[in-house]
Amino acid sequence: MAAHLKKRVYEEFTKVVQQQHEDLSTKKLRLTKPSKSAALHVDLCKATSPADALQYLLQFARKPVEVESVEGVVRILLEHYYKENDASVRLKIASLLGLLSKTAGFSPDCIMDDAINTLQNEKSHQVLAQLLDTLLVIGTKLPENPSVRMRLVEVACKHLTDSSHGVRNKCLQLIGCLGPVEKGVAKEAESQAAKDVQKIIGDHFNDQDPRVRTAAIKAMLQLHERGLKLQQAIYGQACKLLADDYEQVRSAAVQLIWVLSQLYPESIVPIPSSNEEIRLVDDAFGKICHMVSDGSWVVRVQAAKLLGSMQQVSSHFLEQTLDKKLMSDLRRKRTAHERAKELYSSGEFSSGRKWGDDAPKEEIDTGAVNLIESGACGAFVHGLEDEMYEVRIAAVEALCMLAQSSPSFAEKCLDFLVDMFNDEIEEVRLQSIHTMRKISNNITLREDQLDTVLAVLEDSSRDIREALHELLCCTNVSTKEGIHLALVELLKNLTKYPTDRESIWKCLKFLGSRHPTLVLPLVPELLSTHPFFDTPEPDMDDPAYIAVLVLIFNAAKSCPTMPALFSDHTFRHYAYLRDSLSHLVPPLRLPGRKLVSSTVSPSITPHEDPSQQFLHQSLERVYNFQHLDPQGIQELLEFTIRDLQRLGELQSELAGMADFTATYLQCQLLLIKALQEKLWNVAAPLYLKQNALASAAAKQILEETYKMEFMYSGVESRQVVIIHHMRLQAKALQLIVTARTTRGVEPLFGMCEKFLQEVDSFQRCFISELPHMQGSFVDKLLDLMPRLVTSKPSEVVKILQTTLRQSTFLHLPLPEQLHRATANIIEPTGESDNPLRFTSGLVVALDVDATLEHVQDPQGTVKVQVLYPDGQAQLIHPKPADFRNPGPGRHRLITQVYLSHTAWTEPCQIEVRLLLAYNSNRSKASTRIPKSTWSESLEVLPPSENGIEGTIPFSKPVKVYIMPKPARR
Amino acid sequence: IFRVFCWCPGAGQDVGRSCILVSIAGKNVMLDCGMHMGYNDDRRFPDFSYITQNGRLTDFLDCVIISHFHLDHCGALPYFSEMVGYDGPIYMTHPTKAICPILLEDYRKITVDKKGETNFFTSQMIKDCMKKVVAVHLHQTVQVDEELEIKAYYAGHVLGAAMFQIKVGCESVVYTGDYNMTPDRHLGAAWIDKCRPDLLISESTYATTIRDSKRCRERDFLKKVHETVERGGKVLIPVFALGRAQELCILLETFWERMNLKAPIYFSTGLTEKANHYYKLFITWTNQKIRKTFVQRNMFEFKHIKAFDRAFADNPGPMVVFATPGMLHAGQSLQIFRKWAGNEKNMVIMPGYCVQGTVGHKILSGQRKLEMEGRQILEVKMQVEYMSFSAHADAKGIMQLIRQAEPRNVLLVHGEAKKMEFLKQKIEQEFHVSCFMPANGETTTILTNPCIPVDISLGLLKRETAIGPLPDAKKPKLMHGTLLMKDNSFRLVSPEQALKELGLAEHQLRFTCRVHIQDPRKEHETGLRVYNHLKGILKDYSVQHLPDGSITVESILIQATAHSEDQGTKVLLVSWTYQDEELGSYLTSLLKKGLPQSTP
Repeated sequence: MAAHLKKRVYEEFTKVVQQQHEDLSTKKLRLTKPSKSAALHVDLCKATSPADALQYLLQFARKPVEVESVEGVVRILLEHYYKENDASVRLKIASLLGLLSKTAGFSPDCIMDDAINTLQNEKSHQVLAQLLDTLLVIGTKLPENPSVRMRLVEVACKHLTDSSHGVRNKCLQLIGCLGPVEKGVAKEAESQAAKDVQKIIGDHFNDQDPRVRTAAIKAMLQLHERGLKLQQAIYGQACKLLADDYEQVRSAAVQLIWVLSQLYPESIVPIPSSNEEIRLVDDAFGKICHMVSDGSWVVRVQAAKLLGSMQQVSSHFLEQTLDKKLMSDLRRKRTAHERAKELYSSGEFSSGRKWGDDAPKEEIDTGAVNLIESGACGAFVHGLEDEMYEVRIAAVEALCMLAQSSPSFAEKCLDFLVDMFNDEIEEVRLQSIHTMRKISNNITLREDQLDTVLAVLEDSSRDIREALHELLCCTNVSTKEGIHLALVELLKNLTKYPTDRESIWKCLKFLGSRHPTLVLPLVPELLSTHPFFDTPEPDMDDPAYIAVLVLIFNAAKSCPTMPALFSDHTFRHYAYLRDSLSHLVPPLRLPGRKLVSSTVSPSITPHEDPSQQFLHQSLERVYNFQHLDPQGIQELLEFTIRDLQRLGELQSELAGMADFTATYLQCQLLLIKALQEKLWNVAAPLYLKQNALASAAAKQILEETYKMEFMYSGVESRQVVIIHHMRLQAKALQLIVTARTTRGVEPLFGMCEKFLQEVDSFQRCFISELPHMQGSFVDKLLDLMPRLVTSKPSEVVKILQTTLRQSTFLHLPLPEQLHRATANIIEPTGESDNPLRFTSGLVVALDVDATLEHVQDPQGTVKVQVLYPDGQAQLIHPKPADFRNPGPGRHRLITQVYLSHTAWTEPCQIEVRLLLAYNSNRSKASTRIPKSTWSESLEVLPPSENGIEGTIPFSKPVKVYIMPKPARR
Repeated sequence: IFRVFCWCPGAGQDVGRSCILVSIAGKNVMLDCGMHMGYNDDRRFPDFSYITQNGRLTDFLDCVIISHFHLDHCGALPYFSEMVGYDGPIYMTHPTKAICPILLEDYRKITVDKKGETNFFTSQMIKDCMKKVVAVHLHQTVQVDEELEIKAYYAGHVLGAAMFQIKVGCESVVYTGDYNMTPDRHLGAAWIDKCRPDLLISESTYATTIRDSKRCRERDFLKKVHETVERGGKVLIPVFALGRAQELCILLETFWERMNLKAPIYFSTGLTEKANHYYKLFITWTNQKIRKTFVQRNMFEFKHIKAFDRAFADNPGPMVVFATPGMLHAGQSLQIFRKWAGNEKNMVIMPGYCVQGTVGHKILSGQRKLEMEGRQILEVKMQVEYMSFSAHADAKGIMQLIRQAEPRNVLLVHGEAKKMEFLKQKIEQEFHVSCFMPANGETTTILTNPCIPVDISLGLLKRETAIGPLPDAKKPKLMHGTLLMKDNSFRLVSPEQALKELGLAEHQLRFTCRVHIQDPRKEHETGLRVYNHLKGILKDYSVQHLPDGSITVESILIQATAHSEDQGTKVLLVSWTYQDEELGSYLTSLLKKGLPQSTP
């Protein structure tokens, strides 16, 4: 049996081979060199069945095709296209044609005629659609050729009558993308297709297939995007489409109406069923508002979003969106908002004790009540109460945009926004708080509103609380009770969540400086001073007391009468806080006290700031050290570095700048130290200690240069050159050290070559900057380049050594703004004595919460490192969603880190820290390699030789006590 | 058969005892089977004997549909199926099927065990009744029999509430049950597609009310509870066991979570616990938030809410207690109320409507001294708050639903007559559809315009589609054929086939018409002129000049003969079959206009 089977297998096998042979023999290979097209041809000829052919094509599609051979490939594909009977293969060929014509550098006009010809005899609708798609690609590749486009549009128009929706879809898409936009073109070309494209597309608004209707509207929008002015006539058609049965159509129609309303805001349209007329933008606004209560949430989101950008709408319509007439048993009822307002204006504060407090009052004329208004009535009321949070967020965003442009609307929408603070979904709450902050210039909070706002301070989500603090920073409060209320709530917040300290202080700082007059009457109460009795001195370390003082001192800044109310210890505390929390406490002009900082008048620009001056002066001094003796240079550098570091600590705004220069000077210092050793003069190999010193210096310089390049935001290419230059010097130093320590010559060859390559690439990258680097190491090196290339390694090393010594110290120009990336791990705090226990082999999740400042693209660069006591290190990439962006330049990382380890006998500490990953390829100066446009090419570019990936630790490590227990059996 | 017939034994112009009988295209469907809370005698159940007079219910009804588990919609079900006798299918959604028996059992206990009534359905009857229930999924089309199909839509209101579309052929009715168009803390909003039913039967509890945003009410509620708890007071919330209670629980639970509050919340045990189980299970029926977060934590697994024990009421410190029943007329809620009423720090929040005569109603109307049993006087010092949380659609919501569904007729039930009058007027005014509001026992007949499917023979179809422009799949098209009505089926066949089938001989009908033309020339010349003339005009038709002098246009024959008396007048004989009537009459009118002036 087995033998029989085997025989059969062989038989079949030989059969296959024979067939292949046959195929090969019939084909004549004319191409001399093996090319893509030839290979494809062979493959396609080999294919015995459509499925085979399809497989070959699929394989072929995975590989990119060079520009030169595209045309040949296309010819072969077309040849097969005509021969092929199977629709699926033709479909694939059609799609390949499209892909091929996308190849960069290939001009597809030569294949256009063929592509159009293929359309003629095609029967399959799917293939037809795909061919039209290919034509679309070809058309978009030839933007400068109106006659080609005209032809394509003509072809598309011809196929518009096809019975398949797919074909009609593609035709419309093609017309939308390629149809003539300028009027002039349409006139000069006499062809049929050139007649009004809009008319053609508009005719398909009533197509029987919803997909085609959608495509027609999309094509219209496409035309608009390409700059064609749509005719107002289609407005009526678009309005009818709003009542379509299909959501895609409605969604697209809403967009179209929006576009038209932006194009013709002022034209007048009649209101059906009456002989009144209104502005088109108002009419469109009403219609879109109507769609906010559509059956499909996709349409609702779309409508709500678009409402935000309709700023030309008249205020009468705008305010209707917030209006919802309430009634109960046909009697008019006031909304809770109105009641709150009334209570507030009558001076009574929230009674609400009685049943029937909201009992309806006036009778309503039944005829006058309009239950479904055609206008904008209550659109936002509906949107904000929607079931889907996507709609609610969109509505909040729209409210925000409209309120920013209309102060009166801002005032009105306040109540609704405040209501949104209690939404069940946190994102919505957050969004509405942000919105409120954005419009806060236009509004003043009433006390009852403030009350609701402040209630959110107890939210357990830190994001919400911080957003609210930001909001309070820029809100206007109307009464002194309001301020008091805010302070009380903030203090409550402080006791409940002590980690919010900084944020609350900052909030109070702004609150104080915004409302000095409202704070003034509160001062005695807040400081608990008494006219006759001395009250006990409060505890200076109490965060709540500091909070109160921050409020008062900031208010006192613009209210000179306030200090008179202070008691003695307040002044003492002021002096203390001014020193310790200088960013929160402003300089005050206090009676009987000389104020050093008050001499700084606000008119002084930061450039003339003394600290800035100091920075520049010290740098000047350093750059002129050439004439000093080596010892002096070293000392000067050391002092300057110390000064700069201290300056950085004192002046937060200059910290980045100071640190940056200090690091640079540090590098220089290390270099000088390493080179200064007398030992270089000795011919013998270095002994261990010297070697260690020099190589350590080189290594450290390398590290520091990476820090300088990647840890600071605002570094410009001028600085990058200098950093790279310093790195080159360090590498030279490394080379010298190796040369002096290793015996053999062979390893040196490689190193020398590599170094020279680097010099070369440096030259290539920074060719424009070279003129500024007179007398520098690299300058000299480049002069000597011809000699270096030809000489032996030992000579190279010698030359390098002398050049390195003789080269001048490069001046580091400072950019306008320079910020050092910093990270601060808030959680885990590292103070816990309770070990985190878990069973070994399983994982435990550790919550990590950190703030990042001045990190560009944190999603890509920030990593978490976990160091175990056994030296094992683990690198974790947080998810992009774990990063939030609360403000410009600031990021917050809230993520979970999974820990696991084998069993330990006793608890031990692990270290968690944040790392900044870098890749020198990504350096700002290096040119970007254009990505190949050939789609789905899976080849990854080989990392170039100078691509060094590494990480810089940029946060203090936090220790976490953990204890993996052995698993119980 | 072209009518939807609607009979409301229970729900017309009245709240409670929902029961509607719909007869659509010969199918009888009963919608809901509720009881009336207000009565304790026979009036509490609909009068089923009225439906059939004497026959069996099972023969008369094709199916029964229950929209949701509230007793005024399903309370009479065991009575109806077991005591009156119905064995056909009963349709309800899965959550309704799960929760409904709990409520029925509770209802039975109160009536039989507490009030001591006899002649009431038993536990076994409830079980037997439930065996007849077929559960349906949302948007699932269920074929009840060959013609009748039903489909459920989400309705909000309570867990598992559904609107039902009943369809026979192309006639359809939508019954909304109770529904809610604004989402709340645990349920989403009702939704229906543009199904364009012939009749929409909608509830209209809040026909004349437009409600304020839910958020304000929620915020007020939370604020009041929060303030009292912070003061160290106790909060009592009397609730009915199912529906609103869960919403309030979710509301408080999330608030506690958000604000990090520690005060305990208790829920009086009993049937609630069982019901909560089902709430946990039927997550797909809840709102977006709960559905999205249940992977992390099921919102109905309350972290802060614990079961209540009688002894807890005396514990010191703040607490919140949900207790049944909702009107403070008996049971646990009343007990707790008596304990706490004396302290002004405490608070009672009434989340719903209270019937006159109950303690709840008394304190809401401001009474501060209550007379309890045994002549005791209870002084109420605690704060009394009223908060309305209702899950019915308001007038705007009803209009919104009508707009979504686009019905041809609307019928309002489950509401008060006066209020319905207002809404009816509005509906007619805004949507231009007719609206009905039958009273109890009244029958409404609605004429529909149904379409009737007809089988067409393939040959005819192919022949007819070949004529004329390309076929448009969804556009109506005019066809010629013979309609055969035979054995209760409709067929469209070609005339030949019809004749063959019926065994009739074919008769031809021809029209002839004479047209007089003044033309002095010879007959055949006139014929030639007519030929040229027609050829010039009728380009799309085949015009032929036959050797015998006659002219054919398609199948129409024209012959020119000289007038017997006047040679100068020629008579054109035009003859056509009745199939070509259109062309024939066109030709005659054309010829009557005369020939163009002679061409050389």
